[in-house]
Amino acid sequence: MNPSERRNLRNGLLFILPWVIGFVTFCVYPVLKSFYLSLCDYSILSPAVFTGWQNYVELAGDEVFWTAVSNTLFFAVFAIPLGLLLSLALAVLLNANVRGRGVFRTIFFLPSLVPMVCLAVLWQWMLNGDVGLVNDALRIPLNAINSLLGSDLRPPNWLSDARYAKWGLIFTMLWGVGNSVVIFLAGLQDVPVHLYESAEMDGANFRQKLWHITLPTISPVIHFNLIMGLIGCFQVFAVPYVMTGGGEGPGRSLLFLATYLYQNAFEFWNMGYACAIGFVMFLIILTLTLLANKLSERHVFYAGK
Amino acid sequence: MFSLRHWSLHLLTMVCALALLVPRLHAGQPVVIRYWEKWTGFEADAMREIVDDFNSSQSRIFVEYSSVSQIDRRLTLAIAGGVPPDVAGIWAYNIPVYSENNALMPLRSPANEAGIREEDYLPIIWKLCSHREQLWALPSTPGNTALIYNKKLFREAGLDPERPPRSIAELEEFNQKIFKRSANGRIERIGHLPEEPGWWNTLWVQSYPDRFGAENLLGLRDGFGNFASPQNPFFTGRVAMVMQGVWIYNYIQNYAPADFEWGVAPFPTNDREKLGDISVVECDVLVIPTGAKHPREAFEFITYVNSQKPMEKLCLGQRKFSPLRACSDEFFQKHPNPHIRTFLDLAKSPGAIAFPRVAVWNAINADMRNAVNLIWTGKASADAALHAVQERQQKALTRSEARWERVKEPLQKSWNSQ
Repeated sequence: MNPSERRNLRNGLLFILPWVIGFVTFCVYPVLKSFYLSLCDYSILSPAVFTGWQNYVELAGDEVFWTAVSNTLFFAVFAIPLGLLLSLALAVLLNANVRGRGVFRTIFFLPSLVPMVCLAVLWQWMLNGDVGLVNDALRIPLNAINSLLGSDLRPPNWLSDARYAKWGLIFTMLWGVGNSVVIFLAGLQDVPVHLYESAEMDGANFRQKLWHITLPTISPVIHFNLIMGLIGCFQVFAVPYVMTGGGEGPGRSLLFLATYLYQNAFEFWNMGYACAIGFVMFLIILTLTLLANKLSERHVFYAGK
Repeated sequence: MFSLRHWSLHLLTMVCALALLVPRLHAGQPVVIRYWEKWTGFEADAMREIVDDFNSSQSRIFVEYSSVSQIDRRLTLAIAGGVPPDVAGIWAYNIPVYSENNALMPLRSPANEAGIREEDYLPIIWKLCSHREQLWALPSTPGNTALIYNKKLFREAGLDPERPPRSIAELEEFNQKIFKRSANGRIERIGHLPEEPGWWNTLWVQSYPDRFGAENLLGLRDGFGNFASPQNPFFTGRVAMVMQGVWIYNYIQNYAPADFEWGVAPFPTNDREKLGDISVVECDVLVIPTGAKHPREAFEFITYVNSQKPMEKLCLGQRKFSPLRACSDEFFQKHPNPHIRTFLDLAKSPGAIAFPRVAVWNAINADMRNAVNLIWTGKASADAALHAVQERQQKALTRSEARWERVKEPLQKSWNSQ
């Protein structure tokens, strides 16, 4: 390294130093500290006492933790594909050259601007079993079926029945797909027009163009939305927390990993245990992201490669 | 031109003068103590009046009063961060976990010095302020539960509105008489619903899904509005009898119809002779967090709140009964709640009970809520659900006790020396 390169390196390091200090202080240190705390009995108020892997051993045998894991996985398995499909379908429709396209795009984007707490309160009432608008709408076809077949079909008590609570939450979250729609739209507008033109000259129909041109071209965008959705699903907290009035939902059906972490940290005074939950969450998200990246090698196409 | 030496001399003189002056200026200023309280609305206003009275009664201490939401969580972080307020208003059920974690200052010695005695308080209140043979708090305002019932619905069902149920069997008999189903099969009205408003996870519920149908009960509850709203099912006449507290008066005033007629009685029990009049008592309490900058002044303020006149003014403002044994006739004459004596009698009763005084109470409560939900929806028998809670929470309690055993000796030594 000659003197000029050394000077450049020094200057470069000095320029990024404020960021490095911030990153180390507010990211690296808290992560390392919380890992240490996950190995301790720590109530926030008293000094932490090192207990080794005890928190992790207890987690392995904690059935409520496993309920939270299974609820989170259930939510991720259904909410991510449904969210991706819906946002992609909406983006394809909103990308069509129709009159008033801007207005439609705004209408579909608007719900994602609603704050989480308002979204939760709004859907709490929409999904109300007795007076909710969703059930009012469902009662019309169900009553028709009942009068035809003499059956006694009733709309579900969405948020107070463990069988339907998670589905109620999934529908609620689908309302906020506007952000992914915008990202998909940006991807769709980046698809080279000449590819469609040559496909049309070869006689390709809409479905063939979508399958062979659009989807492969926007596959990096789908991949990005998948990873973001995955992280979002594992961190779901505010909406179910508000919807259940700060609780866990009927039969703990809306208890997610982030909620259980919060409960242990701030309601049960078990910060060490909460840190251990946080690290398990991190490992699950890391594994799934690596898995998604591995799968993406075969199915995601980058134009620059 | 002045020389550098000359300037230095001037500067030194000024610093010395300031150093001498600042403590004198400070000596003339009152000590400012920070007081965090959880209340909002009229309850916060009632305490603000007491704070103002205290501030104007003397010039040595000034109380800075702030209404803080989610106080238990914020207080925890403030104590851990070393910047707690001097006085905090928390719930008595928080005392075990805070005290066992050395987050509160013990108050036995200052209370003795100030002449505050156990005999000054209702027995259950003193118990609520104590833990592990130490005093941690003094009360602000108490609350307790009773059976609150809608007299109009009693009359409509052919029941005597002045004769509330006395046993669980009678309560269920009345429940059945008041029960009403609409033409489409939905429950229109129910006499009593143990799950309403879902605060007490210790009531019997096992027979309910069988008697009324789990789906129907879920539908009924789903149609209930918020507790603090005119859609509260007790005010709309969908539930005729509830277990509620002394605070219900304020909600009736604000949200119930103008012609709402209500009665208060001890909540029925299976064996009144043996158990007495059961009432769950909780209390808002004032504590001094560890690390408070001005504990002596903070205790002086707490002592002021706990003297008879300010306490009666506070409890009158919050429409509650006084936690002190001594209570003036004027207090009852002025009190707007016509049933205040019933609530006070219940708090004095030998059947007055508190939530278990354990550090893991929040976790037990969360598990009980889930157990009740499982029983309520017919997903588990009462035996199975409660057995699961017992097993899980015993482990948590053992862990918490182990934590206490680890720290108790040095802590108790330090508390006794204070």
